[in-house]
Amino acid sequence: MTDALEVAGLVVDLPGRGGPVRVVDDVSFDIPAATTVGLIGESGSGKTMTANAVIDLLPSGATTGGSLRWRGEELLRASRARRRQVRGHEIAMIFQDPLAALNPTQTVGRQVGEILRRAGQSPQQVRSRVIELLDRAGIPEPAARLRSYPHEFSGGMRQRAMIALALAGSPALLLADEPTTALDVTVQARILRLLRDIQEDEGLAMLLVSHDLRVVAHVAHQVVVMYAGRVAERGPTSAVLREPAHPYTRALVDSVPAVRTRTALAHPLPGTPATPANRPSGCAFHPRCPIAREVCRVEQPSVRSVGSGRWAACHFAEEA
Amino acid sequence: MLEVRDLRVRFGRFTAVDGVSLSVGPDETVGLVGESGSGKTTVARAVVGLVRPESGSVLFDGAPLGPVGRRPASLQRAVQMVFQDPRSSLNPRMSVSAIIDEAWRTHPSSAPSGDRTTALHSVLDDVGLDSSVARHRAGELSGGQCQRVSIARALAVKPRLLVCDEAVSALDVSVQAQILRLLVDLQQRHHLAMLFISHDLGVVHQIADRIAVMRRGVLVEEGPATDVLGAPQHEYTRSLLDAALELTRES
Repeated sequence: MTDALEVAGLVVDLPGRGGPVRVVDDVSFDIPAATTVGLIGESGSGKTMTANAVIDLLPSGATTGGSLRWRGEELLRASRARRRQVRGHEIAMIFQDPLAALNPTQTVGRQVGEILRRAGQSPQQVRSRVIELLDRAGIPEPAARLRSYPHEFSGGMRQRAMIALALAGSPALLLADEPTTALDVTVQARILRLLRDIQEDEGLAMLLVSHDLRVVAHVAHQVVVMYAGRVAERGPTSAVLREPAHPYTRALVDSVPAVRTRTALAHPLPGTPATPANRPSGCAFHPRCPIAREVCRVEQPSVRSVGSGRWAACHFAEEA
Repeated sequence: MLEVRDLRVRFGRFTAVDGVSLSVGPDETVGLVGESGSGKTTVARAVVGLVRPESGSVLFDGAPLGPVGRRPASLQRAVQMVFQDPRSSLNPRMSVSAIIDEAWRTHPSSAPSGDRTTALHSVLDDVGLDSSVARHRAGELSGGQCQRVSIARALAVKPRLLVCDEAVSALDVSVQAQILRLLVDLQQRHHLAMLFISHDLGVVHQIADRIAVMRRGVLVEEGPATDVLGAPQHEYTRSLLDAALELTRES
């Protein structure tokens, strides 16, 4: 299977008070076509910056290194015009807060149709395609909702409108950053099912960024776990969650309670997540790690193969 | 110990809580769950006296609690709240020691009779904070540390009931586990009763003895935690459970 996106040695530096801070450090993973990759991490893990680098939405002053190959084409060194062409068309994004991402002064129909109008489609073509897209996103009576404004929609309906908007450019890769975090559980379940259906039906590649292991477990084929700007572990979701190869992943898995049965409280990790600006020596996870040894304090582990399709950055992955 | 009887709260024409009754006994943890708009936070705010009920009553040891300003000092002390967002519930410019001091000034009967510094360090130690944190301003602390300070502020006045409104929801996953563990430890150590409000059924299942489920201002189901989440009786509880994600993928 061909890879839609290849991220290799990606580096993102942001300007900081005491010089640049490396918020994404040597991150590598692939998103094969028709595959969903989940990107998991806590605050400071670099997961959102990684996604923002892919969609070319890094804050001003950010510098990048490494490689982002989109269908074989290097995006980091592409012209601004070419990057603009990719963003919103070939690669589209769904944000956590649809109210902030949608324009409050324009009807939903107008916003979803914008990209089609700019592509020179006739008003009739635009209208019927927008109705089709709203319907695909599960908005009932789409023809009647064309003239609605975002504030007239519920949170779940707004997220559906944003999904319709993302699909309007017929993307091959969909980036979703915490797409259900602001939603109630019953709405979350429906939106996740919709994203999964769309991904499967259209054969899209998808990058799902989340802090919630359960969300990723539900929709992602592959998972990338990030900690302090680096990849801690990556591999097939079910294998990683069943047998984590990194003690950090293990702790995350153990901290998720079951819902239908009563589970004992997890033994919590000490301390708080390391951040790139405040990164411990050696393995950034070592101050919180239950199996850390001397080598972990001094030597940064590189990502190595730990089984079929499995990669982990831990000196003692075999013991995790 | 805490008894809420037929509580009704209205905001203008909107009825946020419509006839809710529930109780929390000594040493007991009651989980209150529901989606946004269910009225669970309004119940919490009525219990601590931040909203005025239209009708019904909130009783503590049989005595009516009333609004926070007119509540007898001893009752005001007895019920303390921990909020969802620790950063916005603490003044970022105040030092941790000033925050705890303020709690003692508000409730002089709970203030230490001996050395304040020793008492301060012991309160911080209780919530797992190093005494060096006392000098720091709240704005310099991490989210998890801020939540520990909020809990320390509540505990400093020696409450008997802790009302936690989404107290771990805004925290990083690995920090959530620490704060949950802390709350459960503190509850046992200090014989606290706890009203724990959350949208996360898994978390509530881990720590609650009993669970009450709210929907649109009404309590639809209430009972022992393992019964409510193991064998739900109400259709709405079942739909919440169906929607809740488990870590193991079923499809």
